[in-house]
Amino acid sequence: MKRTILFWTRTRADKRGKDSKKSASIRVNPRPISFVLTIAVLLASCAPVDLNAPMPAFDTGVDPNAWTQVSAGEFLYGQFNEEKSTPAFEIMVTNVTAQQYADFLNAALADGTLKIEGDSVLGYYPGDEFYGAKHEIEINAGDWEYLPLADPSQRVKYDGTRFTVQQGYENHPMTMVTWFGAWGYCQYHDASLPSEIQWQKAARGTDGRPFPWGWEIARENANFYASRDPFEKMSSFGSRTSPVGFYNGKTYDGYATLDSRSPYGLYDMAGNVWQWIGDTHWQAGFSDRLMHGGSKDTYDMDLRVWVRNSAPPMYFSPGVGFRCVR
Amino acid sequence: MKERFNYLFNSTKGLILVAIAMIAVVTAVWGMLSGPMAEMGVREIVIKLLGMDIVQAEREGRIIILYHSIAMAVIAIETYMVTGLLKMKAFFKTAVNLLITVGYILTMVFGMGFAYFGHNWAFHGLYITGLSLIFFAGVLLCIALWPWNPEYKFPSPVIGRGVRGEGRGEGDYARTKKGVDLERVAFFTTAVTTVISALFGAIPGSYFGNGFETFLAENIIRLPHKSVMEYSIIGHLHIMLALIAIMITLIIGRWLNFNGAWHKVSMPLMILGCIVLNLGVWGVVTPLEPVAHMIIYVGATPSMLAALFLLIWSWNKFAKEGTAHLAKPTFLQKLGAMTRDPLKFGPTWQMLFMNFTTSGIGIFMAIRLDEVFRVWPAREERIELTGHWHALSAIIATIILMYYGDMLGLKGKVRQIYGWSIIFLSDLALGAVTVFEMKRLFIAEAEQQPLVNMLMYMIDFGLGMLLVLLAVVMIWRLTDLFKPKGRWTEEATHELAEEAAK
Repeated sequence: MKRTILFWTRTRADKRGKDSKKSASIRVNPRPISFVLTIAVLLASCAPVDLNAPMPAFDTGVDPNAWTQVSAGEFLYGQFNEEKSTPAFEIMVTNVTAQQYADFLNAALADGTLKIEGDSVLGYYPGDEFYGAKHEIEINAGDWEYLPLADPSQRVKYDGTRFTVQQGYENHPMTMVTWFGAWGYCQYHDASLPSEIQWQKAARGTDGRPFPWGWEIARENANFYASRDPFEKMSSFGSRTSPVGFYNGKTYDGYATLDSRSPYGLYDMAGNVWQWIGDTHWQAGFSDRLMHGGSKDTYDMDLRVWVRNSAPPMYFSPGVGFRCVR
Repeated sequence: MKERFNYLFNSTKGLILVAIAMIAVVTAVWGMLSGPMAEMGVREIVIKLLGMDIVQAEREGRIIILYHSIAMAVIAIETYMVTGLLKMKAFFKTAVNLLITVGYILTMVFGMGFAYFGHNWAFHGLYITGLSLIFFAGVLLCIALWPWNPEYKFPSPVIGRGVRGEGRGEGDYARTKKGVDLERVAFFTTAVTTVISALFGAIPGSYFGNGFETFLAENIIRLPHKSVMEYSIIGHLHIMLALIAIMITLIIGRWLNFNGAWHKVSMPLMILGCIVLNLGVWGVVTPLEPVAHMIIYVGATPSMLAALFLLIWSWNKFAKEGTAHLAKPTFLQKLGAMTRDPLKFGPTWQMLFMNFTTSGIGIFMAIRLDEVFRVWPAREERIELTGHWHALSAIIATIILMYYGDMLGLKGKVRQIYGWSIIFLSDLALGAVTVFEMKRLFIAEAEQQPLVNMLMYMIDFGLGMLLVLLAVVMIWRLTDLFKPKGRWTEEATHELAEEAAK
């Protein structure tokens, strides 16, 4: 209250024509200082984020074209370890990278599988059964957006003839892709998106562990919110993706990672990007698509293998990617 | 020692102090397990230091017990306030206070012991025993509050002004023609519906507990098919918080001696709103589920109107009383008088502020759910869901702290600093929480970090300083207990009803 009075006293003196500089020099008033600080903080919060800030380039040595076999049999599914079974299947060792996706776009555009309309890449999707449930979105057969091209967070660029990847992001997971775009990629490669059961089994193996690598989580296990990895800067742009297979036990420029493979040798099954799940109508009338794995933007609790996220299939984000099974 | 024990466990103010201290300890320790302390690495230190046993798959169960531990202490505080403010037989007052005190302490100590320090099943049993005792305390409170008891009626037949025979001044109060005190009916209705609504958590809690399949409501909100038990849990958590809010509104009204025309309109609305709101929430586990939300809106409206009338009445009263010495007070003078006492102005201000952080958000989400919120991923929606009820809980806590500040007899500058600090710090933090919840409306995910940082500074500063303030009060109260003629000696005998505004 006293500060307020001082401030107003000086203002009134100014209005009476007294030397304001003199007044200010006589009485150091903390209120304007705190006011300026507040404004500075507010302005700082409105400062544009440099989405193209330099990205450290590391070769993880992990081959994104590799697939691994998940054996048939029972495993413990979900938070409450329900026994479920899957036949054998193969799954990609890493998430689909931006380079892989750009290659797909070039090939699919050339053979007419995809088309470009405005700022979007479109592809065909045969549609979903519609139950008419509350909040259900009707998804009919037709062309749906695979990915937006104009979004500043998009790392795959189109120059009118070819798709290329922004430098430094080639071995990062493909993001800013809708569920349709992820589905389309896998279909094009005679594969599919993993079902939730497949994804969980590939992520945790058979012993019921909460994380792909084991029972506890450390910062060096995965890329999650404020995990202090070399790609994040919480004071400005925040979290960014890390190259696929980054958490493999190697040390990069002094940053030591832990080998965080799943029991089947998969990388990034927790953190980095949420991964689209292939199940449609996981519950009748539920038009959202599930996502698993947590991301660079979520706390460690969301990296537990059973934690679900979901969004409509047309959703895209810099924190959502995918991998395929066959 | 005996006198101090008597003060702490046998006087209303002592009991409230113990409960606030218990909540403060739990909040301080367990607050270090989540952001921003988690990001700074404090969580790992606390877990190691206290020997906590954190199993990843049990997080949801731990959180449910944590919520219940804090909520039971808050319910105990409100119960102490009710037994201290309203006339009732000494036996009931003693029995209710005893049961609920033993109940919430068992719940908190053994619940948290079970949840965070290994699974000693005797602890779990004692936790359930604690909850059961609180339930029985609630049943007894309902009996104690029975408003049709002739002792609690206004002298009848009386038309117009009535005198409440509870050491309070004259005034016009809401009443029936036969002299039934409608404010007491409102308290009674809230207590009865709270006891019934507790069952909506207890029954599915037992069911889920049997198989250990706990869940947090915000994680299943999008599933189109929920079981009856899941609906029951969702209804339970909503209605319990709403009832805690209704009860604190009634308590504040009683403390300020809410009366007159506004009171006469407000109390029937409060009773009606409370009943309809409960019917709507209970309806979610019946075939009425599709229309339950409509019933809830219908019930919430009169309840919120009743709170609004309390606000109008109290602000008008403060302005009039504070400018009574002036012939023609200006608007600013009235405003100054209205806000002169932050501890009395604050509770209703917080109720108004609640509309921006909780009700407003809830209504906005309901109206634009499919167009806006369901377009976002579920985790974004979860932020709104958890944010809005945390904000409401925090607002209720600040209202309790303001009333507690008055109970302590804070005066002069200390009263001003204490009251305004609570208002400014909590509103700063909760305002930032609200912006954080809604950020996707106006900023892209990739560009949000600077805004998030600023909001986090505001939230952490506001809540952090609020906890520091609470810690200062607790340390002061602790040191006071060591003084032979400390403030506690006076508080041991004073009852809230005697101090309620005349």
